[in-house]
Order: sequence, then C-alpha cells, then structure tokens
Amino acid sequence: MKAVCWMGKENIQVHDVPDPRILNPRDAIVRVTRTAICGSDLHLYDGYVPTLEQGDILGHEFMGEVVEIGPGIDKKKLKVGDRVVVPFTIACGHCFSCEEKLWSLCDNSNPNAWFAEKMMGYSPSGLFGYTHMLGGYAGGQAQYARVPFADVGPIKIPDGLSDDQVLFLSDIFPTGYMAAENCNIKSGDTVAIWGCGPVGQFAIRSAFMLGAGRVIAIDHVQDRLALASAAGAETLNFEEVNTLDALRDLTGNRGPDSCMDAVGMEAFGHGALYLYDRIKQALRMETDRPVVIRECIQACKKGGTVSIPGVYAGFDDTIPLGALMNKALTLKTGQTHMMRYMAPLLKRIQAGEIDPSFVISHRLPLADAPEAYKIFRDKEDHCTKVVLDPWAEGAVAA
Amino acid sequence: MSPSLQKTDQNNQRLAVMLGCGLALYGLSRRSKTGIAIAAAGAAVALAGRQTGPKTYSAHASFTINCSPEDAYRFWRDLENLPLFMHHLESVRVTGDLSDWVALGPMNTRVHWAAEIVDDQENQSIAWRSLPGSDLSNSGSVSFHPGTGGRGTIIAATMVYTSPGGALGRTAALLMGRHPEFALREDLRRFKSLLETGEIPTTKGQSHGPRGIHGQASQVLLREKQNMPAPPLEHEDESHSNLVLRRSA
Repeated sequence: MKAVCWMGKENIQVHDVPDPRILNPRDAIVRVTRTAICGSDLHLYDGYVPTLEQGDILGHEFMGEVVEIGPGIDKKKLKVGDRVVVPFTIACGHCFSCEEKLWSLCDNSNPNAWFAEKMMGYSPSGLFGYTHMLGGYAGGQAQYARVPFADVGPIKIPDGLSDDQVLFLSDIFPTGYMAAENCNIKSGDTVAIWGCGPVGQFAIRSAFMLGAGRVIAIDHVQDRLALASAAGAETLNFEEVNTLDALRDLTGNRGPDSCMDAVGMEAFGHGALYLYDRIKQALRMETDRPVVIRECIQACKKGGTVSIPGVYAGFDDTIPLGALMNKALTLKTGQTHMMRYMAPLLKRIQAGEIDPSFVISHRLPLADAPEAYKIFRDKEDHCTKVVLDPWAEGAVAA
Repeated sequence: MSPSLQKTDQNNQRLAVMLGCGLALYGLSRRSKTGIAIAAAGAAVALAGRQTGPKTYSAHASFTINCSPEDAYRFWRDLENLPLFMHHLESVRVTGDLSDWVALGPMNTRVHWAAEIVDDQENQSIAWRSLPGSDLSNSGSVSFHPGTGGRGTIIAATMVYTSPGGALGRTAALLMGRHPEFALREDLRRFKSLLETGEIPTTKGQSHGPRGIHGQASQVLLREKQNMPAPPLEHEDESHSNLVLRRSA
C-alpha cells in the first residue's frame, strides 16, 4: 500500500510499504477512505518532537471501512463492512483510566510506556502516527491502517453523512470541544482563544454551544481570522495590536473569564522573550516556545480558567507561575478523551447544528502529501486544513 | 556452591583484578610500545577477573491491576502462564510439586532450572526458589493485596538471581542481569495488560517505510528491538494460543 512516511525533519515521502496485518486479538484493519493533516503533525514535520523514527507512517485523523477484524472482537460491536471514524487516542476500555472515562490516559495502550514514564512520571495512552514515546503506532495517512482495541475506539457512521462531514470526529472537533468544556464556561462568559487554526475554529463554535457570551479570537493569518469572524467571534491580529492591552480594553479592565491556548509549542510572538525562546528551541535547550501560555496566564481574569489543547512536548521556562498562583487561576489540559465526545458530537452533526467540513481548504491525493505538509505549514495558498484521499488518481499508480 | 567455595572464588576474582590493574599501570608507566602491550594485557586480565565470579542480582517492582486478588493470584499460581508475560522465559512445565523452567538467552542459548514452591498463601502470596544444581540459582516471591476502596489489586514482586562464574554464568548474567529492575517492571506491566485487556500491546510486525541507519538506531535506543513483545497471533498453533483471556466479568 501507499503510506506517508516521516523520513526526517521537513522530509515527508510517500512509500510503498507492506499492507498492515492483524497483530493482536482485538485489532482491526481499516481501508482508509479519508485522512487529514493535523496541526500537531506539523510539529513532527518541523522536527521539534523527540522520539520519531525514520520510516514512521504519520497520520492520526482518519476514517474508512473495516476490512478485517481480529478473533478477540465481539461482532456485535464491530464487523467487516462497518464504516467508521477512528479516534486518535488508543484506549483499552478496561483499565482504571478508561473506567473513569479518561480515555487519553489509558494505562495499557502504550507499548513504550517505560519511556514516557522517564519523562512524565506516568504514561498517557498510545496515539496513532505520533512519537514512539507515545506508542509508535503506524498512522492513518495510508491506504490501510491497523487499529488496536478496535472494539473500543472506532465509531460507526450512519448513512447519509459524507466523509468530509464526519472525518474531524477523529480529533479536531472533539479536541476543540473538550478545550471549550475545559474553559468552565458559564452563560455569558467571555472566552479568549489564541490560535484560529482548525482546533481553534472548532473551539470557537463549541464555546458558543456551551453558552459563551463573547469569544475573542487571536491570530495573524487573515483567512483564519475571517473564519473566526464568520462564527461570531471578535478578532484580534497580534501583529497589529498588543494582545494584552487589547484584551484589557475589550473586557473593561476585567480580563476574559477563560483563556485558551490552541497554538502550542511553535507559537509566534514579538519582543525579546520571543527571541529568547526561538534561540533556546533552535539550540534544543527548550522543547517548546511557550509564548501563548504566558499571555493566557497574564491576560486571564482573577479566578479564571486557562485551557490548553495546544501540544507541548517537554520542559519550558519563564512560565509566570506567580501570576497563576496569586490570581488563583485554574489550569485544565490533556489530550482529548475522545470516546466521551464522538457520539454526542456526531448527533450534533446529524442534527445539522454544525458542518465540520467548513474548515477544509484543500483536497489532495495522498501522493501529494509532501507538498501538502509544506503549504499547510507555511499557510500558503489560503491553507487552513488539508484532507487527503488515499485512493485518488495518482496515488495508486505503481 | 558452598559458602567457603564462593569465598575462594571471590578472593581469586579480587586477585585477578588487582594483578590486572597493576600490570596496566606498570605498562602505562613505561611509555613505550611494549608498555602499551603490557597495559592492554593487564586490562584484559582485570576485566576477566571482574566478570568470572558469582554475582547476585535482585529486583523489586509493583503494579496496580484492575482485577480482584483472586484473579491475579490464580493466573500467577498456574506457573505455566508465566512465559506469557515474562519476556526471558521460554517455558515452565509443572510436574507435581516441582516445575522445570527454561529461559532463552542471547543467541538462543537456553538456561534450565528446576524450582519448588516454598510458600503459598491462597489469594495473598506465592514464593518459589530453584533447586540445588540449577544453571541459575534464583528465587522469587509475589504478593497480591487489595487496593483501598476497591481500587483493584496491588501486586509486588521480588526476584533474586545468583549467577555462577564461568561462561554459563556470563550468559545467565546477560539474560537477567543488565537491567533486572527494568525487566521485572516490564514483565509486571505485561501481566497487567494481559489481565485487564486480554492481550499485550505491541507494534512489532506493523508496517513502516525504510528505516535507514537513523531509524534502526532509534529502535535500539527505545528498546523496541529487545523489549517489544511478539504478537500472539504469529504462533497461534503453539502454546500462546490461550493468550486471549476473557475477563471474568
């Protein structure tokens, strides 16, 4: 089959690799019909996340048709022919974390848990197409994918919905929704969201669904600010205004009730502190550029909540813990507990409350993945979200 | 091995190390080609001396498992199950009160021993030790305690290995010795996965693109070459076919 492989920093190649096979009793094989590139894939592309290996198949947003199931799967739960969306976190369904519905913290799905324990104390769940510290599972930017614990994660999609409408149940829609839920929104609250990429867009819409009175969206890419505006958000371009001053002004010297960092480790910013982060990250002395998390803590109202859906990899400094402590802020974060959100959000799509395909700007064949990563990273050609078709012309040539 | 014999061995070992180091220092002090040769020979003697004596390794680890003490005890007490999650074990055969253990070492060398259960408290703890005359003298114990407020079972295991001197001893040491604590922790982690999910997570045998030298090196660094369990479905017709455990719900 064709698969998108990470061959090094800024080096993505499409290779012919063997088709995946069932390895464990509760595995399934899915014929991928649609897959997407996520903003967090760009951190891998840029080489900022350690423990990726040359030859790894990328991709954690995918859906398709079940073509094979292992002997340990109850056919009432999943059978050959089912059309499913696969969540990016892998969960066993039986450990303490899964029983508490903390699906992204599954005790059992990371075969390299020892390595994550060295860095974090305890290991979160395994992920598709991400680092080996988080499992090293082959991803879904391919024609077929192996799905472990397939009786727990994949959600069946009813007829009448297109792939583009439901594909983002695999990550960014639930991730944006959980990020908004983590904001502890009370009716009428003001929520400030840094980052109007795909997760930010879903977070804006989710914040309104959860009762926010105002959403203030912050970015510097005009197309993305326009999309935020279309959803009813007020927008700030951080290249034109000082974000902290503007937020103070917009909230009558009170600050937003909740602040969300939907940017993560490769944030852009201004000034000496930003330069300091850039240099430290380039020299591998700091894994992340925590520009946005600093602003979130600084901007948030007293007693407010900071929600972090953005991906961070390691150890950072100059985080204003003094402000966090003295303003009595609540910090909420985590990889998305996917299985909590997929079914209710599918219902919202079915009911016509939201059509997640609004975020797609590019539809390309899988063979064009190397180019797709580049334009998505550089935000060229008005790119907000790339969807790949593994079976489109050109992809199945050889 | 009797205690006095063990002591003689240890003295010989110390003597070899001291002699070797002395030679090495003398060789270096001569600052000539011959001197370097003498130093190298001395270093080799010291290294050999260091490696031949008997050595004891011990390891302790614990894990909390989402099952009852009864389920965990029952699975462990059937010693023939141990190779399912203990990476180094090839097989355990139980015959009456005794059991025959086979561990697989580097380059497919096999290490055998016979063991007896020395203490058995139903649903609470098990202890065993190898019989005299084994390739690898070892003992182990495991306890099963209920967690507070219904939080599963806390298992705690301790293993002690004494490897004899000589070539076989070195094999045994390689087998168990390099990272005994790591090996035991990973064994218990697999035990937990097996009891909770009916399988052990793995990526061994999955598809990937060309690894190159860089990718191969990363795999060694992440111990994926040595620590990743082989998937059970590959040897379905063999003893592993009982790997799919159904949880007693």
